[in-house]
Amino acid sequence: MVIQLLGSCMLQAKKITCKRDHRVLFEELSFSLDRGSALQVCGINGAGKSTLLRILAGLYEEFDGEVEWDLEDYPLFSGHRAGVKDLMTARENLLWAANLYGQNVSRDEIDEALSQVSLNGFETVACGAMSEGQRRRVGLARLYLLDNPVWILDEPFTAIDTDGVLRITQRINEHLAGDGVVVFASHLEVSIENMQKLELAR
Amino acid sequence: MNILLATIRRDLLLHFRQPADILNPLVFFLIVISLFPLGIGPSEAVLSSIAAGVIWVAVLLATLLSIDVMLKGDFDDGTLEQIALGKQSLLVVVFGKVISQWLVSGFLMALMSPLFAMMFYVNTEGMIAIAVGLLLGTPTMTLIGSIGAALTLGLKKGGVLIAILVLPLYIPVLILGTAMVESAVFGHSYTGHALWLAALLVLSIGFAPLATQMSIRISLSQ
Repeated sequence: MVIQLLGSCMLQAKKITCKRDHRVLFEELSFSLDRGSALQVCGINGAGKSTLLRILAGLYEEFDGEVEWDLEDYPLFSGHRAGVKDLMTARENLLWAANLYGQNVSRDEIDEALSQVSLNGFETVACGAMSEGQRRRVGLARLYLLDNPVWILDEPFTAIDTDGVLRITQRINEHLAGDGVVVFASHLEVSIENMQKLELAR
Repeated sequence: MNILLATIRRDLLLHFRQPADILNPLVFFLIVISLFPLGIGPSEAVLSSIAAGVIWVAVLLATLLSIDVMLKGDFDDGTLEQIALGKQSLLVVVFGKVISQWLVSGFLMALMSPLFAMMFYVNTEGMIAIAVGLLLGTPTMTLIGSIGAALTLGLKKGGVLIAILVLPLYIPVLILGTAMVESAVFGHSYTGHALWLAALLVLSIGFAPLATQMSIRISLSQ
């Protein structure tokens, strides 16, 4: 029984303390996440939301404490920077993202992912010629294409219109229903099932 | 293996879509070399004695110029962090990036070098030695340079710092390369020099991508 309980736990953060420029961002932060649940990180600008997400993603290592993932690879991370090459088309960008995951995807699968973020017709447009929101959508199309049980999304709704926010929320709920885990930072109130909130105070 | 080819293809594609980044160092190389005969005068004795040094130094500086942009673009638009978090090994991707960077810089300069050697009255043996030396030496320079490029990613202007970091490591390659041409011009055997350059290349293939990979992780951790 106990083993099962432990097995359902995907993430455990134990007493994370992080300082930047001699300023304590958060101290002795502990939390855990089960499969199928989400965590929204809130807090004012500069409270350390992005830093926390980068710590959880395995990018930022200057902290004390422990982060334990029940994962073989890194989580899927979407950061401030869209992770999209301006000189490549939307299709090429997603093909490269799939390559990095070692996934063999067909052109149809890529186009399907792009149409999920309302970018049909933009498959062969260079991302540099797109609007900011569209570029971010190309980055978010990875959520429809790549297999990863854990998503870490830093402000996924920035520059996305209302309809887009609804679609992404829906996608997050689907992911949670499939026993995935989502950690995201956002100032928006979104309806996501099974969600905890973590308020970072300064 | 798949990801190695995919990386090379992607980076070459990006280079061809934005040729300025690779053409600038090549044009710089061309200008430096063609100005020397004009500035010094057409004396065969002088030109042939400085040929190896001028060409090697020009290649070295052009490599330093081009290495700056190798990882910077990927760092700025966030694709580098995606690469670091991918399921494929970052080491292999780094290696692919170095190969494609070398193909558009060091490799092209090595191919052009016999032509420039002609302007300096270098004999045929010397020309072959310059080309062979550069083919062995420039990948080493790109590999070592990639460490500097990775370490200075977080800085706005990393160019000069890269030079300070990696120039000392370029010096053995420079000395061996020029000495090799010298031997060849006078008809001596230069196998020893070539083997030493090859040894340095093998050594840097083994260690430089590891160091670059770790430096990328450090640079991303900020």
